[in-house]
Amino acid sequence: MHILGALDTPTSGQYFLDGKEVSKLSDDELSDLRREKIGFVFQSFNLLPRTTVLRNVMLPLLYSDLTQKQREEKAKQALLYAGMDKDKFNNLSNQLSGGQMQRVAVARALVNDPAIILADEPTGNLDTKTSQVVMETFKELNSKGHTIILITHEKEIAEFTDRIISIRDGLIEKDEKQTHK
Amino acid sequence: MITDLIRETIWSLSSNKARSGLTILGIVIGIASVITMVAIGQGAQSSIEKNIEAIGSNLIVVMPGAQRVGGISQGAGSNQTLIIEDSDAIKSQIQSIKAVAPEASRRYQATARGNNTNTQVIGTVPDYLTVRNITMDIGSFFTDQQVTSSAKVAILGSTARDDLFGVNADPTGQSIRIKNVDFQVIGVTMAKGGAGFSNPDDAIFVPLNSAQHFLAGNVYLSDISIAAIDQPSMASVQQQISDLLLARHKITDPLQADFSIMNQNDIIATATSVTGTFTILLSSIAGISLLVGGIGIMNMMLTNVTERTREIGLRKAVGTRKIYINLQFLAEAVMLTFLGGLLGIVLGWLATIAVTKFVPSLTTQISTSSIFLAFGVSAVVGILFGFYPARRAANLNPIEALRYE
Repeated sequence: MHILGALDTPTSGQYFLDGKEVSKLSDDELSDLRREKIGFVFQSFNLLPRTTVLRNVMLPLLYSDLTQKQREEKAKQALLYAGMDKDKFNNLSNQLSGGQMQRVAVARALVNDPAIILADEPTGNLDTKTSQVVMETFKELNSKGHTIILITHEKEIAEFTDRIISIRDGLIEKDEKQTHK
Repeated sequence: MITDLIRETIWSLSSNKARSGLTILGIVIGIASVITMVAIGQGAQSSIEKNIEAIGSNLIVVMPGAQRVGGISQGAGSNQTLIIEDSDAIKSQIQSIKAVAPEASRRYQATARGNNTNTQVIGTVPDYLTVRNITMDIGSFFTDQQVTSSAKVAILGSTARDDLFGVNADPTGQSIRIKNVDFQVIGVTMAKGGAGFSNPDDAIFVPLNSAQHFLAGNVYLSDISIAAIDQPSMASVQQQISDLLLARHKITDPLQADFSIMNQNDIIATATSVTGTFTILLSSIAGISLLVGGIGIMNMMLTNVTERTREIGLRKAVGTRKIYINLQFLAEAVMLTFLGGLLGIVLGWLATIAVTKFVPSLTTQISTSSIFLAFGVSAVVGILFGFYPARRAANLNPIEALRYE
């Protein structure tokens, strides 16, 4: 998962993303790759504490060529897309509920319009009902053309996806495609 | 880019007001304590120096040399070799001197209204006040005019006054008789508090010419007192005087000199050792304050950055390049240390004023070098320990940084 997200490089083996061998890239090239191609959603949300929702979402846009206004615009779009209420945009991240935090995290993953969204147990810290809402958001993103790689060990969550790869002790056990109703 | 960096730095610092506040506080206290300590120390040092000056340092005394009769020395001061022209020559030809006071002194019996005392009668000039740090208590000292005209006026030392007229009496206008000559008293000097064989208060001052004409009956001086402008110039002044007098007295071998020169070497030696001790004390206080302050700043910056390892990991994970993370933390460290430094200087300055206000006996003196030293050390320490751990964290694999607890 960390290798897929270009957070880590493999010690052996190779990983090609868009025809580039990721294991050969430098630290900065990896950073650029993550910024442009991959959005992350973590189990523990990893929002900046005591920071507004908007600023959290704008984090990946930092040091880009966009003006502050354009960044805010993009962040707002991503937040609406991820299902955040408009009136919460200026709340501090630690004033949010778990579901809201995860939606902010999803918006942050989306803001650069990446090809891949990598979600590491995104529902692990959420109750069933909020998990459902977050998963609906992912499904919708998927239908709009984002590749979503989701890691979970909950069967119900896995049921939302089109393809399930089961891994046990580091080895692929099953690779099954599934069709939904 | 720059505006992004500044905006991010300000946001980051202001979103953690307690943390930034504590860091700044650490720096403020470090700097303020160094500045205050050094200010108190330097104040004490300069007040000690002033006290030593008041005793009458920078003083050089030229005395006639020992008279040799058939190879037998008759003791220093027994000869009559110094005259007023020597004194005038010293005054006009030697650099770095503040004042010159020729003296013709001898002990006489002085009487007034039936009281009498045996005291030192010093014939001198008004510059004597400067040379010996004497101030007037009652009346005024005689003038150069009165010296030239051999006026029969006298100034009493406070002990001589007590002996002749009674304790704390005002004798101005009265007359005293010395060696059958009447002198009119025109003033009393402030007590200097010295005691023992050379009590400076047990003396009567009369104009030099009057002493020579009416009392001694000759033109010789008993000594010449010279005040150098400052302590470092004393050695050279002494050497110049020696050379000048040797030339004037046409003596080629300094060992055969018919005069001797003494300076207050012992007082200067004391002053030097006191100031030396103070300098050591000061540097150790400043050093310890700096060390403590530096360690405080180091701790604050280290905890600050370590606490934020996860944040660094996140920033990397969302694709911020290493250089920007480094730059941001560097900017934060710079901003914290400079804010803290400025506040520390202001606080140290206020504390110094407060110290002088509440403990008036303690003089203080803020030195610019202590400000620069304190500021410099805290800036270096703050930036180093704010930047280095951040750099280390930015070099981490984002996953490791994110997992950091």
